[in-house]
Amino acid sequence: MEDPERTEVVLLACGSFNPITNMHLRLFELAKDYLHETGKYKVIKGIISPVGDAYKKKGLISANHRVTMAKLATKNSDWVEVDDWESSQSEWLETLKVLRYHHQKLLSPDPTNSLQDALPLARPGRKRKQEPNRHDPVKKKNQSADIKSVPQVKLLCGSDILESFGIPNLWKLEDIVEIMENHGIVCISRIGNSVEKFIYESDILWKHKNNIHLVEEWITNDISSTKIRRALRRGHSIRYLVPDVVRAYIEKHNLYSSESEDRNAGVVLAPLQKNASDSKN
Amino acid sequence: MKSRIPLILVACGSFNPVTNMHMRLFELARDHLHQTGQYQVIEGIMSPVNDDYGKKGLVSARHRVAMAKLALETSDWIRVDPWESEQDTWTETVKVLRHHYNESLRLFQSKKGFMKNKQHIERSTEDSLSSQHSVLPELKLLCGADFLQTFKTPNLWKEEDIKEIVGKFGLVCISRAGSDPARCINESDHLTKFQHNIFLVKEWIQNEISATQIRSALCRGLSVKYLVPDSVISYIAHHNIYTEESERKNEGDLLQPLKLHNAAVNPPNV
Repeated sequence: MEDPERTEVVLLACGSFNPITNMHLRLFELAKDYLHETGKYKVIKGIISPVGDAYKKKGLISANHRVTMAKLATKNSDWVEVDDWESSQSEWLETLKVLRYHHQKLLSPDPTNSLQDALPLARPGRKRKQEPNRHDPVKKKNQSADIKSVPQVKLLCGSDILESFGIPNLWKLEDIVEIMENHGIVCISRIGNSVEKFIYESDILWKHKNNIHLVEEWITNDISSTKIRRALRRGHSIRYLVPDVVRAYIEKHNLYSSESEDRNAGVVLAPLQKNASDSKN
Repeated sequence: MKSRIPLILVACGSFNPVTNMHMRLFELARDHLHQTGQYQVIEGIMSPVNDDYGKKGLVSARHRVAMAKLALETSDWIRVDPWESEQDTWTETVKVLRHHYNESLRLFQSKKGFMKNKQHIERSTEDSLSSQHSVLPELKLLCGADFLQTFKTPNLWKEEDIKEIVGKFGLVCISRAGSDPARCINESDHLTKFQHNIFLVKEWIQNEISATQIRSALCRGLSVKYLVPDSVISYIAHHNIYTEESERKNEGDLLQPLKLHNAAVNPPNV
């Protein structure tokens, strides 16, 4: 079905996925339904991009496992896939760079694996050469040079991510601005949440609020990875909270324990370290 | 070491449709009961209610049982039992419990008889009933906190039934953060009397997937993936089960237990 009026969107979710849960997967479904119902967008792909080990979050297990579990979880999805570019970098990467990389990848048929692709986008508004996109699962649409046919890569996240914009040194202000201006955010939050208030209280978010799509999650779904890991340490069942294949994988490899939870204990999170040292220079 | 009491959990409900949350109830209950050190949960039974219940939007039991079967395919201890749904009329919950308890006793007796005739008793795992051949199984009703509340609804339950359910069998009640089942128990004399027989399990990982919202989402063409097993989603789509029309079924009707009460109180003139 041709839909020339709708802007094509790719949803990109960055995070630890330690491990991936049904809640993470629900974010994609909710976002897709929401954007379709606006009449303005057509979601063509979802990408799960697990963070690299260099992020140094407490309890973060090897990226190999986290990527594998995410792949198992999305095996029977016809539109959500896993990308391990971010996790295979040796250094931690800002979310903005990951967004840029994936946008670049959509535009050029031969993606390189280099950080070159994480450079800032050309100014929106410039016509681009339309090239066949082999990553596009949808049948090829009209190759018009209309700006509307350039797919947008939007950041998909929960309200906790949005509210983390306020944590000192976690995000660079210019990154937040560029994320909103060039990409856009789709933020899933619970009914009765404080995200709207948070946006209202922030000048920079308020300015770009048209680029922040707030999606209300009508089902209270609190399946956080932290709780999953806690349940596993206590020998409790995690069935029906994560895909069964993920549960089986965790069990087989005995991934989560008190030891694994102590990884990176006392280590400063990579973005905090990076932004603190940058500001000193 | 004292033998654990073998325990069967029975969940009664519409399961219209079955969701991941329904199945979580079983998992949570089992973990909790195992940690008391007193019980060994040997079986979980999902018992979809009879069509005759008359609840609004209730689709045919044939479908509800089929969906539950699909959902439980990967479970090695929970199964769906269609007995309740196959009766001619709606059956009181206490009768369903009695039925399944009697079935488990029959099985227990026949196994015991079988064991006596064997030359040597094989050493089996802790899970096997044969290693606890001296301990009678128990059966408890598994439910959510909202269920406890329904005991208060006038004429929905017979008093003697509540006494038997809570007194003879027992309840395992899963509640979410924010609900207050303890208060509910406190406000009821029957429940207070048998509170030792009510196991309260707190669900910390909130996952409130109401079947009503699932049906509503399906009618609107919204995704319910990861809330309901994929096999159930496919089945629903294939048979086009939930529609605006199905939602209107039994609209305006009284629930069967209430109808029965009315008939008992106001018998028709013969």
